[in-house]
Amino acid sequence: MDEEKSIFWNRRRQTACSIWAAVAYLAIGLLAGLLISPQWYQVDYHMVFAPPSFIHPFGTDYMGRDMFFRSLKGLSNSIMVGLASTAVSSVIALALGVAAAVKGGVVDRFVNWCVDLCMGIPHLILLLLISFMMGRGAKGVLAAVALTHWPELTRLVRAEVLQICSAQYVQASYRMGKSWLQVAWSHMVPQMLPVYLIGVVLLFPHAIMHEAAVTFLGFGFPAEVPAIGVVLSESMSYIATGKWWMAVFPGLLLLLAVLLLDVAGENLKRLVNPNSGNE
Amino acid sequence: MQNKGIGQVLEAKDVSFRYQKNSPWVLKGVNLTVGPGERVALVGPSGSGKSTLSRILAGYEKPCQGEVLWGGEPFEGSGYCPVQMVGQHPEQAVNPRWKMGKILTECWEPDEGLLQRMGIEQAWMGRWPIELSGGELQRFCILRVLGPGTKFLVCDEISAMLDAVTQAQVWQVVLEEARRRGMGIVAVTHNMALAKRVCSRIVELPKINGI
Amino acid sequence: MERGSQPVLNVEDVSISFDMYGKGMERRKLEVVHKLSLRVHAGEIVAVVGASGSGKSLLAHAILGILPGNARMEGKLEFCGKALDEAAQKEHRGKEISFIPQSVEYLDPLMKVGRQVIGVGKRRERKQRMEKMRQVFARYHLDEATAELYPYQLSGGMARRVLISGAVMGQAKLIVADEPTPGLQEGLARETMENFRELAREGCGILLITHEVGLALQAADRIAVFYAGSVLEVAPVEDFSGQGEKLRHPYSKAFLQALPQNGFQAIEGHQPYAGSLPPGCLFADRCQSRMQACMGEVRMRSLRGGEVRCIYAE
Repeated sequence: MDEEKSIFWNRRRQTACSIWAAVAYLAIGLLAGLLISPQWYQVDYHMVFAPPSFIHPFGTDYMGRDMFFRSLKGLSNSIMVGLASTAVSSVIALALGVAAAVKGGVVDRFVNWCVDLCMGIPHLILLLLISFMMGRGAKGVLAAVALTHWPELTRLVRAEVLQICSAQYVQASYRMGKSWLQVAWSHMVPQMLPVYLIGVVLLFPHAIMHEAAVTFLGFGFPAEVPAIGVVLSESMSYIATGKWWMAVFPGLLLLLAVLLLDVAGENLKRLVNPNSGNE
Repeated sequence: MQNKGIGQVLEAKDVSFRYQKNSPWVLKGVNLTVGPGERVALVGPSGSGKSTLSRILAGYEKPCQGEVLWGGEPFEGSGYCPVQMVGQHPEQAVNPRWKMGKILTECWEPDEGLLQRMGIEQAWMGRWPIELSGGELQRFCILRVLGPGTKFLVCDEISAMLDAVTQAQVWQVVLEEARRRGMGIVAVTHNMALAKRVCSRIVELPKINGI
Repeated sequence: MERGSQPVLNVEDVSISFDMYGKGMERRKLEVVHKLSLRVHAGEIVAVVGASGSGKSLLAHAILGILPGNARMEGKLEFCGKALDEAAQKEHRGKEISFIPQSVEYLDPLMKVGRQVIGVGKRRERKQRMEKMRQVFARYHLDEATAELYPYQLSGGMARRVLISGAVMGQAKLIVADEPTPGLQEGLARETMENFRELAREGCGILLITHEVGLALQAADRIAVFYAGSVLEVAPVEDFSGQGEKLRHPYSKAFLQALPQNGFQAIEGHQPYAGSLPPGCLFADRCQSRMQACMGEVRMRSLRGGEVRCIYAE
């Protein structure tokens, strides 16, 4: 074998590391949020607008609440919304995509029409509309984020299923007497799964960002819930007076979550894509 | 009818085909009968519908009009099809995520002797499809469909992408197997020399195609 | 065929390898083209013949400098005596070195073919090229209205002639044609080959990459036999006759005897896979007369007006 085990730092390792980083960050954020007791970010009027220090690493806000624990709690809320809505969106996308590809005809046209409709409306406006319709609050933002993230993934699933169904080895398998279930299980699922999972991973940062955006604009979580969007929108009133820490740290937490997931997803995508997979 | 399957006639009766409604006909009123154990070469310029006809003969595609009869009856809907097809591009005909051993035994397990005659080495079984050359892959694709249920073989340009030596090798095994089992063959090719060499009758598709 | 003149294209010991992922995290090198040597002189057609998918096209892509990102090339490429490195490829590509691709799929489907044949450039230059295109089209019996068509509107033969037109727009000294007649009717294939012959007569060197042996036998001056990523023999086309008595390499002989119009005789064994090439002679494991020395390095050498990569060929 003419083989040369090359450099340690190749793309596969890079991908593995980025995935671990993203997973660790999410897990820590989620866990921390669950363990934090509301007492840790109580109102304390003696400590209003304290800049970052040892006791308050992220400073405090206009009611003297500790920004570190509030931001962490907010991040954890965002991640939970992201998880829930990604789960819902991905199931919708899988069902619609497979139905469109397998049934074809009217079903296919209908699904495509829905996708076009959903993608035709500016995303943020659609989010606001749905959240508003559902009466804002946690329920509103969850429904809005969950119900607007399926179109891209639906297209992906549909295209993938169409391609596999027309693959020669799948057709040959049918002619060799395999049943629909056998073919689906042995040929289609293993091929679909990686593409689908990457789609889901890439969907996740979107969901988190949009949750924060909707909340920031006042259509999401109510002001008493510590959410990144709430924290950021509050900080806007004070940023002109030099209270930078109120916006910077929570913003960084959110940015880090989104970036880590995005990098992990993109790395995975390039590995699975046969055109760039071996670069 | 005893010994069902062996020595049956494959017949295309007044077959017409187009890919979509309103698109032009690819095949129109094609009649072709291949007798028991007969080897027919299907020749014609590219785009003349040779591949489409072979897909219809093997049951991959349903004709828009007319029918394909195997021993006087249409194909059964499910189960192992007695008419099997091998295509031009073996790398597309195998699942890239499966190892060769699994690909080969998807529907039957060939014995050692056949493996040897086909020139397939045991060492290849543990390899992925991208780790084999086109000629090696094509042997797998052919052997894969030579199960005991196969009574007729449709070969669509199976050696067009192989080098001359591999082409001769592959055809020798196919012909030998066909002779042993009394299996009929329809071979699509654009190589007249090859058509004359492997087949007993040459059919020019444009002449029997009514478009 | 010893020629005094310098070859238009000189390929010497060129290897092309890919980095591939194995299982898990390991990466490894896959050598697809293996120490390939070849020369093309002005005015001759050299055909490289071998199975499709075996890496012949990579040779064309290496000459033009359009290898994919994970490919690595070693060895020497020379164009008219000067090293053909990346800068030189950029400079000559589309001018002195032309490429005729396999199909119209290489054209931009959304651009009229006329504009693609003319190419990009300054306005004055474009006008000159427009004039040139008219001449070229006339020469290949293409209507002037053809320039206004989109690639999908071309028939097979027209598409072929448009692709050739694109290649001869510049002052091409070397034309690389990669499978120029896939699935083409015999008449059209012959016409394409006549066009090539005409270009060669005008002093062009033509490298024809094909898997159609019949075509190569009809059209080429010299034939390079491609096997397992390398060229085993380069011989004048006259040598490919009879039972191959005049051929030098045992594989070329087997190759000729395996043609359906000849004996249709197959030899045992198979081409080695790119990942597990044997050391020394690539054909050794199928060769009747292999010796211990065949396991060592075997270099290309001149023999009876051709070249061969075999120790005992005489």
